[in-house]
Parts: sequence; structure tokens; C-alpha cells
Amino acid sequence: MIALLIRDLRLAIRAGGGFGLGLAFFLIVVTLVPFGVGPESDILARIAPGILWVGALLACLLSLDRIFQLDFEDGSLDLLATAPLPMEGTVAIKALAHWLTTGLPMVLAAPALGVLLNMPAPGHLWVFVTLLLGTPALSMIGAFGAALTVGLKRGGLLLSLLVLPLYVPTLIFGAEAATRAIDGFDNAGPLMMLAGITLASVALLPFAAAAALRINLR
Amino acid sequence: MSAPKQRTRQARDNINWLWEWANPVKFMWFSGLVLPYLVGLTALVMATGMIWGFFFTPEAENFGSSVKILFVHVPSAFMAISAWFMMVVASVIWLIRRHHVSALAAKAAAPVGTVFTLIALATGALWGQPMWGTWWVWDPRLTVFLILFLFYLGYMALWAAIEDPDTAADLTAVLAIVGSVFAILSRYAVNFWNQGLHQGASLSLDAEENVSNDYWFPLLLVMVGFFLFFVTMIFIRTRAEIRLRRVHALELRERMADA
Amino acid sequence: MLELGKYADAILWSWGITLGLLLLLIVLTWVQSRAAKRKHDEIEARRKAGEAMK
Repeated sequence: MIALLIRDLRLAIRAGGGFGLGLAFFLIVVTLVPFGVGPESDILARIAPGILWVGALLACLLSLDRIFQLDFEDGSLDLLATAPLPMEGTVAIKALAHWLTTGLPMVLAAPALGVLLNMPAPGHLWVFVTLLLGTPALSMIGAFGAALTVGLKRGGLLLSLLVLPLYVPTLIFGAEAATRAIDGFDNAGPLMMLAGITLASVALLPFAAAAALRINLR
Repeated sequence: MSAPKQRTRQARDNINWLWEWANPVKFMWFSGLVLPYLVGLTALVMATGMIWGFFFTPEAENFGSSVKILFVHVPSAFMAISAWFMMVVASVIWLIRRHHVSALAAKAAAPVGTVFTLIALATGALWGQPMWGTWWVWDPRLTVFLILFLFYLGYMALWAAIEDPDTAADLTAVLAIVGSVFAILSRYAVNFWNQGLHQGASLSLDAEENVSNDYWFPLLLVMVGFFLFFVTMIFIRTRAEIRLRRVHALELRERMADA
Repeated sequence: MLELGKYADAILWSWGITLGLLLLLIVLTWVQSRAAKRKHDEIEARRKAGEAMK
């Protein structure tokens, strides 16, 4: 299991692995929004948590097809299917690798990017916490979508169409938790829901994703 | 790796189209028999309900004559959800029992459900506009239907993207089931998310306020009519899907015979 | 006709869109159904001709 994790991490970090791309995309999105919306500080400050969440979500999408595609194409996925590690475990490890290389960097970068959007002080902590709680869900849900479309040659756009509606609850609870905390309200509710979604996704989606992979490997 | 895989696939297809035909044949026979009556009944019930609702109902307290939109908005919203529910049930039946008719019925239901969702969205927005002043608000109910619309699109897109019919049936079935969980979750999330808007009940298109007899009977008729419409469409579309599936299998056979 | 009053536009557009979309669905279904039947009959005829020759 660890071996698989290290292998995937190494592949992601290598030159063609797309490691920095997600982060760069995150930065670009955050930069673009003020251009679209206007530079007024108070407006940006109000929507900052939401923008950071949407940006992180979109950046996550970018590298989703990598989770299984490369292994599918060169036959490694078939080998992994017959390995002693159950498919569900393989899926979980790959989703973890995706999170470590895509989600986690963004979680760490988000507070800094929040400065560009004039995010109020409590925001830095709460965006960090909510993204930390929520990005694993994004990786796991994304892995499920990637498993569905792994057999398709140019499935990137379809993958987005499938995954984005699935992201809605995570996005709502994550952004709300951050926004409410910034405004001084109690955010225990959405925070619990967010944690719940992540835990449930990580526990249950590997089974659905593994089923999809087995279907595609037939 | 590809050569042995192809040979077993061919062998499977050769046997498959034979015994898979058993269930579909029964369905084709039954649906062909019932369809003319179904069409007639659908037209009758829908026409009666809609004419009654449009021409012969009084104005309502809060809504005035716009209550008449109730008769197209509520049935379509109800069917939009029912159609998705039917798709999930059919998907589960396919995954467990491998009845091809079930998988194709789910595929057939999707466009119908999508149209119902669109109608619900359009009529919902049009109904709210005179009261809200804008063409769209992120009212929880409308928002949930918007998300449902996206789920329908994704489902149909996945069917269209995958070549092998059985693989497509399997993957879309998994998507429908997982999607349903997230759809339900989204409903709660959206309700929660909308609490922030301090507009509350005045935006509610709650038709349950208007359950006086004047409206209830024609509404019920239209709802039954829409349901019958749905069933009729499913029969017609599933018949077409079954035929197309057989065409696909026979074309495959022809191509292998030529090879 | 009825007195639809100030909601006339909303009502007529709602009902219009509803009937329009349902009609569109019916037409598209009808077209797809006819095409499926035609393709099916063609390929079945070809298959039967092929079997007859054996």
C-alpha cells in the first residue's frame, strides 16, 4: 500500500506529473476574479471565501483524469486489479496521492491567496480549516468520477460535467462554514456536515469507484 | 493483451444477443399491445385536466390568476423527481438481475425526466417573476431542480460517450445510484445555503396552500396525465432502444462475419 | 377568453413552454422511434436473406 502511494506521489511530482499546475491554476483563478468583478475591496472581501473554495474546486478538477488514466493506458491498472491489494484500497491510495499533490498544497496556499482578495483576518484560519476538511472529499469524489470515465479517450469535459454537480454539497457547506465564521456566527453546523461528507466519501466511494474500474477493465 | 480479450468478447456477443432477446421479446409484445390504449388514455386525461385547470378554475388569494401556472408547474416538478427515482430503481434492477429491458428503460426515461425538469424550472421562474421582480432567484426549490437538471445531463452524456452498451448500462447505473445520494444531500445543502436570504416564506411557491377542491381535482388529473405521458414515452422510447440494441448487436455480427 | 389580468404573460408563457417542450419531446421521440424501426427492419431483412442463402 505504501509502495503504491510513494509510486504515485513520485509520478505526480516528476516533470510531466502536473504537480505545480493545480496550484498555478488556483492562483490564476483567484487573480482572474477581481478582473471580472472589479477591484473594490469590500466586495472582494465579502466573496473571498467563496472564490477560494470555487478556485480550489476547479483546480482539483484539472488533475482528476490523471488518477487512473495513465495506469489504464499502459496496463498497470490491470496489474493492480489482480494484485493482493483490493481494488478499493488501490482507489483510496490513489485518491490520497491526488489529495497530497493537489488538495493539500492548495490548502496551504489559500490563506496567502486570500490576501489578494482582501479577506478579513478570521478568514485565513477558517478557509484553511474548511479547505483542509473538504479537499479530501473533492479528491475522493473526483476519483469516483475518474473511475467512471477512465475508458474514454477524451473524457475530460465529461468528467467535469459528472463531478461538478457532485461537488455542490461540499462547496456549499465548506464556503458557508468559512463565511459564517468570518461574519461572527456559529459555524458548527456546516463544519460538521463538511466533515461528515468527507468521512462518508472516503469510507464509501472507494467501493463505487472500484466497481466502476472493474466494469471498465472488463 | 488485446487479442485474447477480443476473442472472448466476440464469443460473449454471439451468445448474448440470443438469450438476451428473451426478455425484450416479451416486452415488445406487451408494449405493442398496450400502447394505442395508453396513448389514447394519456391524451384524454391530460386534455381534460389541463382544459379544466386553465379555463375553469377561479383566481386564488395571494396569486390571482397566476395560480393557473400551478397546473403545469407542480405536475412537471413531481414527474421530474419521479422519473429520476424510476431511473435509479431500473438501474438497481439492471445491476442485480441483468434485465436488459430495465437498463434500456432507464436510458429511455432520462430525456423525458430532463424535459420535465426544464418545464419545472421555466414555469417556476415565470411564476415567480411577477412576484419577485427578477427572472431568477436562488430559491431552494428552483435551485435543487437546476442541480437535478445537471445530473440528468451528466447521466445522458455518459450513456452517449460509451460505446459498449453493457458497459454503458453498468456505468450509468452506478452514476445514477451515487448521484442520487448526492442529489438528496444537495437538497439539504441548498436549503441550508438559502437560509441566508432574508426573504423566507414569501418566496415559497408552496402549492399546498391551494389545496381547495377547486384546484385539487384538475391538478390531480394533470398529474395523472403527466404520469401516463411518462409511461407512454417510456414504452415508446424503450421499444426504440431495444431495436437499436439489436441493430448494434447484429451490425457487430455482420462486421465479424466479414472480417 | 378569460380574464387573465396582469399575470397573462406569465401564464401564457408557462403553458406555452410546457406544451411546446412536451410537443418537442413527442416529435423527437417519434422520429427516433421511426428511425429505429427502419434500421431494425433493414438489418433483420439482411440477416434473414443471409440465413436463407445458407
